[in-house]
Parts: sequence; structure tokens; C-alpha cells
Amino acid sequence: MANMTVNLKVWRQASPKAKGEFKTYTVETDTDTSFLETLDILNESLIEKGEEPIVFDHDCREGICGMCSLYVNGHPHGPATGATTCQLYMRRFKDGETITVEPWRSAAFPVIKDLMVDRNAFDKIQQAGGYVSFNCGGAQDANSIPIPKKNADDAMDSASCIGCGACVAACKNGSAMLFVSAKVSQFAVLPQGKVEAARRVKAMVRRMDELGFGNCTNTGACAAECPKNVPLSNIARMNREFLCAKCKD
Amino acid sequence: MAEQNNPKTLDSKIPEGPIAEKWTNYKAHQKLVNPANKRRLDIIVVGTGLAGASAASSLAEMGFNVLNFCIQDSPRRAHSIAAQGGINAAKNYQNDGDSVYRLFYDTVKGGDYRAREANVYRLAEVSNNIIDQCVAQGVPFAREYGGLLANRSFGGAQVSRTFYAKGQTGQQLLLGAYASLNRQIELGKVKSYNRYEMHDVVLIKDADGVERARGIIAKNLVTGKLERFAAHAVVIATGGYGNTYFLSTNAMGCNCSAAMACYRKGAYFANPAYVQIHPTCIPVHGDKQSKLTLMSESLRNDGRIWVPKNIEDAKALQAGTKKGSDIPEDARDYYLERRYPAFGNLVPRDVASRAAKERCDKGFGVNNTGLAVFLDFSEAINRLGIDTVRQRYGNLFDMYEEITDVNPGELAREEGGMKYYNPMMIFPAIHYTMGGIWVDYELQTTIKGLFAIGECNFSDHGANRLGASALMQGLADGYFVLPYTIQNYLSDQITVPHFSTDTKEFEEAEKKCQDALDKMMAIHGKRSVDSIHKELGHVMWEYVGMGRTKEGLELAIKRLKEIRKEFNTNLFIPGNQKGMNVELDKAFRLNDFITMGELVAYDALSRNESCGGHFREEYQTEEGEAKRDDENYFYVSCWEYQGNDDNAPALIKEPLHYEAIKVQTRNYKS
Repeated sequence: MANMTVNLKVWRQASPKAKGEFKTYTVETDTDTSFLETLDILNESLIEKGEEPIVFDHDCREGICGMCSLYVNGHPHGPATGATTCQLYMRRFKDGETITVEPWRSAAFPVIKDLMVDRNAFDKIQQAGGYVSFNCGGAQDANSIPIPKKNADDAMDSASCIGCGACVAACKNGSAMLFVSAKVSQFAVLPQGKVEAARRVKAMVRRMDELGFGNCTNTGACAAECPKNVPLSNIARMNREFLCAKCKD
Repeated sequence: MAEQNNPKTLDSKIPEGPIAEKWTNYKAHQKLVNPANKRRLDIIVVGTGLAGASAASSLAEMGFNVLNFCIQDSPRRAHSIAAQGGINAAKNYQNDGDSVYRLFYDTVKGGDYRAREANVYRLAEVSNNIIDQCVAQGVPFAREYGGLLANRSFGGAQVSRTFYAKGQTGQQLLLGAYASLNRQIELGKVKSYNRYEMHDVVLIKDADGVERARGIIAKNLVTGKLERFAAHAVVIATGGYGNTYFLSTNAMGCNCSAAMACYRKGAYFANPAYVQIHPTCIPVHGDKQSKLTLMSESLRNDGRIWVPKNIEDAKALQAGTKKGSDIPEDARDYYLERRYPAFGNLVPRDVASRAAKERCDKGFGVNNTGLAVFLDFSEAINRLGIDTVRQRYGNLFDMYEEITDVNPGELAREEGGMKYYNPMMIFPAIHYTMGGIWVDYELQTTIKGLFAIGECNFSDHGANRLGASALMQGLADGYFVLPYTIQNYLSDQITVPHFSTDTKEFEEAEKKCQDALDKMMAIHGKRSVDSIHKELGHVMWEYVGMGRTKEGLELAIKRLKEIRKEFNTNLFIPGNQKGMNVELDKAFRLNDFITMGELVAYDALSRNESCGGHFREEYQTEEGEAKRDDENYFYVSCWEYQGNDDNAPALIKEPLHYEAIKVQTRNYKS
């Protein structure tokens, strides 16, 4: 462990409509402390001075809830690959470094306060069709539907999306294609999802378009920045599902 | 701590008949609400974890109107999502002799014979339906090459009954429930309120003078305003109170405020002393730390836990002059395998945690603070090869490396044909709370119309929960139990019209909540919420943690009163109440953690025995095992609020009656 001092250049914005600005703060921390804990340290010192702490979304702090966001030094979830902001440790940064911290920037994710954004649009896309329409009770025995291991593993890889929104924040078009395609793909490779496949993909894509997300131009920034390494092939699969569904119209 | 002279009787409403027929009998004779009437009834569900989301979606599927609340920005983020290892069910797909009875028996035994038998049997009974339900939803459980479901073993069991989805089982089950919930939101049957926090439950007297839960006061965390919501029944599914200890594996937002609001309104709080300390967490590294990270129990399938045999080696490890991989095989003490040959590294969590503490207390700890033991994969990697081990635990190894800078899958050295890999360092941490709001067999609290499900009730795990049983209980309550039992309550409420929130009861409740917030804002002291919370956590861990004594607990109660005074007189919250104020929301929760901490301490002090997660150092065998006292403590401790946070709570006992299982000393040795 080594002590270090960093300058945090942080976006401050009092409310959704207020004009925001960057403010720079100096914080003493150490290499074994996480990035969010460093923000905690900064917040404690702000409170000591009677100032309002920096508001940011965070919860599980183990990389699974998808609550934490933050654009750190120009990357969603910071410089580490395959990790969320809460899994980022200060050993990734240099002593004396100035670290720029911004909220997700996307028309579909308006800022609530400081670094916290409203990702309700993601829920709305899922509500359009991200499920198997099945009422609780009366399911057949779980082993009566054998599923090839490969399909189960592929479905799991797609389903590992944590809904954080990094893909949208990374995309120059603000597209939600990786997020939507992950759910479409999970059900596309499983027999349980086949019945509603056509209806699902059309409904989810339509909802995504309605909510102001941009189009996909195959840049691949989404998959490169995804903290769960959800692959780009999901988008290809969704495009195929979508075309097949449209052809049947 | 005034014990009731005229003990109030608690009716646990356990159905008649042999244990295996109780639930069937109950369902056959309970009252139901017909479909046309379901549309006329509103139900509030607070929380969107496994219990909350599954209950909200199932109730809506049946036709009830549901109002569903969560403090996060989306229902999908509830802390159930962080559960790694798996979910138990008595499917016996592995043909290893599992059955509903065996799952029931293991759970009661694992809970150190302090759970309510009938509830546990029902849990084991519906466990199989959960797996069927989740597979039908498209949950991608791990599978074998033949296409059938795979299983792994967890602590406290001699069969493989745990279903899993990589190391992300909680996530996949929650996303399944969230998907069902989304479908009902789209259909308009569930109204979802995100970033809302429940501040109080509203009780209204009916025509017969019976007080019933009829709504809640919840704070819109974005606007900062309190709002009123009415319904025919209220269900709380708000999780446990682990964050009372400040450092725990719980998410930062997990809190017990909804449960405390119910407790203050008269709901009994049961068995608060039963707190689970998980043996495999990453050790504490410093005072800036905000939370502890769990390493899944599934690692104990292949990982072996050890400390050095020789104290000199331990001292060298503490000084940093030796590494774990430097210590040869014959100088290692695999103390769980030594003490508990039959279960080895897969003993229940409370046993594994205490054994780690015992070794560290004797000076055998392996890190700079002396508060860590090793979890080693060398044997497994030598036996199975690195690829297989990485396939099983790769994501956990990477997660460990990100935090500690050490990868347990990395070869350190080779000697005499044995490859030594870097071991993980682990130490016990607060993880789960078995205690919670008291509920009867119908999951109804002592307040009519108020139900508690999932971790926030007390009913199924006794004094210790087995691994992979939390997910099972949350989904059992939400999918298969509450949607039935709540109808038995609602069947005579069908003529009650929708409620208005413009009543004096709502007005008074809202005013009380607002006054409490105003009071906190007006203190203008010097201490931040976190600084007081850390102090609370320190007292709780030191005196109300893994080893408890009468003197320590009495001191803790005294210290907690001082902390409450400090909170009331020296707290500082910046900003104002307009819009979002994160510090105010944290202060609101801390106020309840202090009350909760006192409850845990009072309960621990009153229980002069050791059982499961409650270990009183005065009550142990010569070998250091927990010493239960079934003659005097074979009951559920139920605590009643006495009008004011400063007053000690009153104890009411629900005696336990075992019909199916013979109560005996837990044995994991043979």
C-alpha cells in the first residue's frame, strides 16, 4: 500500500435544470482504497466544511447491481476493462494525477444531481418485452426441457448485462443496442423464449427508438467499454431476429 | 428489558395435521378471493428484491392491484442481485438421496434447532416449484452436456442440491423476477415507484376497532417530498439489518428503516441476535473501507481453509517476510478438516466463522492485522487442472485480484511435484440476518394486514442460515406462500372501498415523519452521518459480533445510548430538504440502525446460551463448540416496542414445538 494524492475534477450540477460546472478537489488516499471510497473521503471533507457532498449512484460495490456509473478519464467505469467503477482501485492511477469525473452523457439519461442520472428509460425498454409471458404456478418439471450446454452458456453470457448504461454512454450515437440485444439474445437462444421471439424483438426495438436512443453504426465502443464484456455478437443476433420478425409481418 | 408478567400469547397459526400435510391442508381450507374481487383490492409491496419482486408480480398476475416501491433507481438493483453461489432445492436430480424431508431436516439442523418446524417444511416443499418456475422464465441455470441442470454442494449438506448460474445466481433469479414484474408493469397491474423510501406504515382502525395496516408514507428521494399511499394490505420485503455493523457484505443502501417503522407501530421483532457472519469475505484493509466483499461459499467446494501449524510461520506471514505459498504442505493446519472430518471445509457458516476466529485469537492469523486465514486452491488445481478450476471460479478469482492485487489462480512455486498457488486471504464478515419482523405461518406480523417476507422476516432459518437458502426463502415467500396466505386475510376485506389518503391517520403519520426529518436537519452539530455510523459499527462488531459476553453486551447497550445522544445533539447534515439530500436519507437510516443495534444487544443479553449465529462465550463446550440450552431457551424471542426509543423493549416468548424432528446437539464431526 502506498499513500497518494489525486486531484478530482468533478461535474457538479445542483438539479436537473441547473447549469453545471467542473470543480476540482484535492484528496489524499492510498493505492488499496477504491475509487468510490476516495469519493467518500472527499465527501467527508466537504461535509466537514459545511458543503454539500457530491451525489453519485452506487450500491452493492461489488460490480453486480449496475447502480454505479461515472465517466472517469473519458471512459465509462474508468480505465479498467471488464470492471465497474466500484471495482476500480486507486492503484490504477498515478500519484498527483488529475482525474476527470463526469456523469453518463446521453439524451436518454438526464442528470438528476451532480453525477447521478435517470436511467428509467432502460426499465421501459424491458417492460416492452424483456420477459417470457408466463404466470407463476403450473410450470413443468425443470428437467423436462433439456437445453444444450452451449445454448445455456450463451444465454448466461448475454444475461450477465447489469443494465448500468455504460454502452449508451460510450456510444457516439447514444445507442442502446447492446443493452437491448443482450436481453433479446438471452431469450433467442433458449426454447422458453422462442414462442414470443418475434413480438419481443419488435416491441423492444420500437420502445428503444421511442425513448430517444440513437442508432447503431457498428463502432463497437459499447462492447469495448462494457464492464461485463457482453459481446457485440448480441447486436448481430438481434438484427437477425429483427429482420426475421419483420419478414413475417 | 422488562419481561412481561402476563405474557401475551402469540398465535403462530400452524395448521393441524402431520408435518408433511400441513401446507396442503392449509391451502385446501384457506379462504380465497374471487377474480372479480381481486381487481378491487390494492396491495403495497415495499422492496423489489427476490421476495418483493416475486410477490409483486405474482399478486398482479392473480389480479390484485399492486404498488411496488424501491429505493434504487430500478427494481433490478435490489441487493438480492449480489448473491453469488446458488439456490437450494430438493429435486434429487443427482440421485444422491435428497428429499423434501432431508432439505427440511438439514435446514432445521443448520439453524441449530431454533426455527419453526412447520415453516421450514413448507419451504423445503415449495423449493422444487421455484426451480421449475425460474426455468420456465428463462433463467439460464448451469447445465450439464446432456442438457439437464447442474448442481453443486454447499455448507451444511451432504448432497448436491444447489442450482446455480455461474457465480451470479442471485442476479439471474432477480432478473427473472424483475422480468415478470416488468410484464405486470406494462399490463398496468403494478405501479412501480423507484427512488422512494418508506418512512412509516399507516394504521387505521376499522369499524370493530381493530387497527389494520392501510398504507405507507414514503419519501420521494428525488424531490425530497413525503407522499401518502393507501392500500388494503401492506407487504414489506425490505431485507435485513446487517448494515447496523457499518461494515458488512450488504449493499450501501441496505437498511432496516421500514422494519423499524413497523416495529415502532407495534409489530414484534423476533430473534434479532441471530446475525450471520460469513466465513469467506475479503479481510478488512483499513479505516477508509466502505464495505466488505464476499467470496462465494461455493469456493469451499474445492478450496481448502488453513493456517500455519507453527506460530513462527504465522508471525513471519504477519510481518510480511513469508508468503502463503512458501509454507509447505506438512506445515499447514487444515483446521476445519481436522476438527470436522465428516463435513470438512463444508461445515455451516457459523461453525466455519468461529473456527477462523479461534485460530486468529490464538495468534495464527496470516495477514498484517492477524485477522485472516487462507483459502487455498492448490490441491484442486493439481487434481483438476487450472482450466477446470478457472471455469468454475474464474470470475471470483478475477474479482479477488481486482481488490487485492493477488490472483489465486497464479502459480507461485513448485516443489516435490506439488504446485503451490497463491492462496486467497479470507475472514468472517457480517452477511445476513436471520432475525426479523415476527410473522405467523401466514407471514402476517402482529399488525393485521401487515406482512413481512424474505430476509426481513424471521421465520425459516432459526439461529443460522445455510448457504443457498436465502434465495430459496425469498422466492418461496414471494412466489408460492404469500400470494396464497394474503388471500386468507383479504377475503373479508372485499367490501372495503379504495382508501383515500386525505384522512387524519395519514395526515398525522406524515406530520410525524416530517417532524423527525426537520429535527435532524435542525441539529447543526459537527459530526457527519458516516462518522457516527462507523462508531456504531465498531461497538457492534466488538461487543455484539462473533463472540459475546454479558459484560460486553451491557457495555454495548451503554455505549449505544451515548451514540444515540451524540446523534441527537451533534449531527450535521448539509443542504436543505428541497430536492435530493443524500446525507439526510443516510441520517434517517442511521437513526434506525442505532435502535436496531440496541435490539440485537438486548436479545443477545437475554439469551444465556450459544446457538447458531449467536455465540455467548460463557456458554461453550470444552472443545469450543456452541452450547445450547434447550430447557430454558427453546423459544423465539419476540420484542415489543415500549413507546419510545429510549425505553428497553419487552420480551414475549413464542415457545417452539417440534413434532417431526428430534432436537439434538449439532454434529458435523461424524
